[in-house]
Order: sequence, then C-alpha cells, then structure tokens
Amino acid sequence: MSATTAPIPNPVIPTRIGAWVETAAAWLLGLVWIAPLLYAFWAAFHSTGYAAHFDPAAPLTFENFAAAWNAAPFGRYFLNTFVLVTMILAGQLVLCTLAAFAFARAAFPGSGFLFALVLVQLMVMPDVLIVENYRTMRLLGLVDTILAIGLPYMASGFGIFLLRQAFRQVPKELEEAARVEGCGTLGILMRVYVPLARPIYLAYGLTSVSYHWNNFLWPLVITNQVETRPLTVGLAVFASTDQGIDWAVISAATLLTAAPLLLGFLLFQRQFVQSFMRAGIR
Amino acid sequence: MRSRATLHAWLMLAPAMVLLLAFTHYPAVATFWHSLFTMPRAARPARFIGAENYVALLEDPIFWQALTNNLIYAAATIPLSVGLALAMALWVNGRIAGRTLLRMAYFTPTVLPMIAVANLWLFFYTPDYGLIDRLTRALLGWGPTNWIGAQETALGAMVAVAVWKEAGFFMIFYLAALQAIPPSLHEAAAVEGASRARTFFRVTLPLLGPTTLFILVNAVINAFRLVDHILVMTRGGPDNATALLMTYIYELGFRFWDTATAAALTMVLLGLLALAAAAQFLMLEKRTHYR
Repeated sequence: MSATTAPIPNPVIPTRIGAWVETAAAWLLGLVWIAPLLYAFWAAFHSTGYAAHFDPAAPLTFENFAAAWNAAPFGRYFLNTFVLVTMILAGQLVLCTLAAFAFARAAFPGSGFLFALVLVQLMVMPDVLIVENYRTMRLLGLVDTILAIGLPYMASGFGIFLLRQAFRQVPKELEEAARVEGCGTLGILMRVYVPLARPIYLAYGLTSVSYHWNNFLWPLVITNQVETRPLTVGLAVFASTDQGIDWAVISAATLLTAAPLLLGFLLFQRQFVQSFMRAGIR
Repeated sequence: MRSRATLHAWLMLAPAMVLLLAFTHYPAVATFWHSLFTMPRAARPARFIGAENYVALLEDPIFWQALTNNLIYAAATIPLSVGLALAMALWVNGRIAGRTLLRMAYFTPTVLPMIAVANLWLFFYTPDYGLIDRLTRALLGWGPTNWIGAQETALGAMVAVAVWKEAGFFMIFYLAALQAIPPSLHEAAAVEGASRARTFFRVTLPLLGPTTLFILVNAVINAFRLVDHILVMTRGGPDNATALLMTYIYELGFRFWDTATAAALTMVLLGLLALAAAAQFLMLEKRTHYR
C-alpha cells in the first residue's frame, strides 16, 4: 500500500535541520551514557598517573588487574556470586514452574486469593523488609550463609506471574492429547508446558541472573565474611577500605566485577534486549 | 477426581507459598507487630508501647528530612528517567545513524552493577580532578565543585546516577511497544498530512499508555528501593542531605541496631508503596472505563 501513496509534501528545510539536531542530541546522550564505562576501560588499562590525564600515547598495562586481584579475594567473591546466582535461579525455576502451573490450569477453591497473595510481592519486595528478614535468618541460624542471601528471592512473585501467563497460552488440546498418551500431571508439565514456554524461561533467567548478580543491600546486611560475600559487597568493601583513591585499581576491580554480565550482553545483545522486553510485557 | 486435582494443585503450590509467606507476608506483618514494642535489650524484654515508636519518628528531624529527600528524589528521577527512556526509544526506533550502537550505549548501564557504577561516578564527581569539574572548567570556566560533598548538589548528583542507570532499562519497554504499533496507523496519519508532533501526540503516545503505566510503577518502586549507589557514594551524607527512607532504615536497623524504630519506618515505606499500588489500580480501572 505504501508504494501507491504519493510523496508527502513536507517542508524540507526545517525537518532536515530538525533531524540534524535530533541526531546530535541522540549521540550526545549516548556518549554520556557510555562515558563511565569508556572511562573505566581507560583507567583500568593505564597506570595510575594517567587516570585523569588522557594521552592517546599512554602505554597500556594489565598491572591494575593484577593489583586488584591480589589485594582482595576476588576469586572467592566470584565463586560466591556464582553459587548464589545459580542457586537462586534453580530454586526459582522449580518453585515458580510448579506454582504457575497450579495457578494456570487447576481451578481450585481459594486460588484467586492465593494468587493475590503472590501479586503482593510485586510491590512489597524482600529488599524492603531487610530488618525483619534478618531477624528470621538469625532465628533459623542462617546469618552469614549464601543460602540466607538467596532464600527470600526463590519464590518470586514476578516469576510465578510471568510463567502463569505463558502457561495459559498453551492450547488445552495439547494437554488432553498428552493425557490420552498416558502422561501424568508432572509429565504433562514437563513434556508440554515447559518446552512451549522456553522463550519465557530464557527471558526470566536472564533478568534474574542480572538482578542477583548486581544485588547489594540484602547481601551487605546478611553477610560478614569473605566466605559468603558476593562480588558486589566485596567490591564495596574493597573500594571503601583497602584502596584509598587509586582510581586505576578501583576501575580494574569494577570492570572485573561487571565483566561476566557485560561480556554476555555484548555477545548476546539481541537475546538480552528481547528477553528484557519479554519479561516486561505482561 | 476433582479433589485429587485440588490436592495436586496444593502440593505444587506449597513450596512457593511457604517461602512467600515466610519472607514477604510474615515479615510485613511482623514489622507492624514489632513497631509497637520497645527494642528488646539483654536485660529487658520488649515491652508494648503502642504508637510511641511512630511518635518518636514524627519528632525525629532526620525522618522528615529523609522523607522530604525521598519525595524530591522520586519527583526528579521518575519523570526524567521515563521521559529520557521515551526519547531514546523513539530515536533508536527511527532511522537514526548508528542506531545499533546507540541502543547498546543506552542499555549498557542496565547490566552494570549499581556498586560498580557508583565507583565510576564517584570519580566523575571528584572536585577539581574529576571529569565533570574538568568539563565545567573547560566549557564554562567554573571553579571546583564538591558535587557529592555539598548540601545543595548532593541529592541532585544521586538523582543523575539513578536516571543514568534506569533510563536504558525503561527504553527497552517503550521500544517493544513502539515496534508493536502497526505501521498503517502512521501511514494513515501521514496521508492525512499530520505533522510529526501531531502524529506523536495523537497516535503514538496514546498507544504507549499501558507501557507508560508499567514503567511508572517500576520507576516508583525503584525510587524507594534502589539506594545502593547512595550507600556507597555518600552514606546519606553530607549531614543527611542524601538520606532516603531506605538508607535510614539501613542506618537505624544495622548501624544503631534500633530495630523498633526501623520497623516503624519500614511501615511508613510500606504505606507509601501501598499508596502507589492503589494509584496504579485506580488508573487501570479508569483506563478500562475509558475504553
């Protein structure tokens, strides 16, 4: 249809200038948005003397990374974060899948009320309830464990909601066919529902991993020692106490912390962006 | 058969519901309960005092400052981040030069940890030596400014970091919504001879309504929840100029170990979040009537 529409008579000059201004504004904004990261790369790969002295001929060095790595137990922090993120994601996938399936397909008394209880978590997140959750963890004897960091997030209201929406899209006929083939309830869930919701799982997984990789306040509150601290808390401790203001080393440590997610994002940009989109449309 | 299906449903729900109740609903109720008692100390158990913790809070000037700061912080970050997100989405969705690169630049802050980001911005804000002061000196001839150390600029500096972190994240949702608008609508507007501004306000913006509501809800929650950068950059200072409700809860609960007052303050925060939820619900209701 657009082939037959006549060229639209638009005042040419103003739009052209307008377009130039807009492009310039867009790029200026983009520059501001990427500047901190560009700066981190600059500072991390040059010696401290060049931290605020931008000389294109400055020699490159990896020493800052070595210094950061040796100054704090980043290896241990990486391991802790990796264990934490994996544990949370595994817990979320299992718990949310089961709960979402029950909400999507079984009509049972009280399901509406229970689902409303789930939705409460979209507004009242565990992030806000740190004082009381700390008390609970102390009662359970879990303070200063990685399990304590993850436990409040495993039954995710957001995950249950997202998967329930996905499961409701699955045609009933497929479920009936599977039942005729002799599948039990769990078999139907695993063979019919879960495979069909794969894009939603990817979307939810990526948002969950980046959220918990970056989460700070609750881990800060509940951990006290190197053996349990995730990267974010480790980085904060490192930057505030050990380092003074050696920007080169702090930048190197900052890049180390962000590197896995950043690399993942650069390599799988399309999937990342689409996943965040999917997780947002509900 | 029916009761068996119900039993299955309950079994599948049970693990998630137990954790949800234990770490979301129970703590919300327990916070209220504990806000009515004194702090238990070694020799004295907690004593019921009714609303006294709340009265103490009302008489606490830091509470009022944190509340005011938080409202200013919300009133600044929410429109700025949502407005910028919309502009970014429109640019990246249009035929702008290098839009893949731009989209990446806008979105990158989303995947960086707030703590890492705070370290980098700390350098940008450093007086005299930092990048912002060098820019303002070169372009405007200003002297050194202690951006996060001065009462007047500290909260604004925190707002800037939050907007920078969030706008790209919100952009994604606008981008998804823009791509879902059928091109025929814009073609129709063009045939009618509508200007770009008119098309935007009459066609695009109304269709982005539900997305905007979703983004707004997220922006409101973040304005009260996301304080990582403040804890690292200013710890609420200087002289409480950047204290927000959440940083004050952290301070009361884990630095002064005054969990009773912290509980009362948490109730205030929960009340604000409940108000936001109610507002969202009302707006949704209105929208359905409107349609």
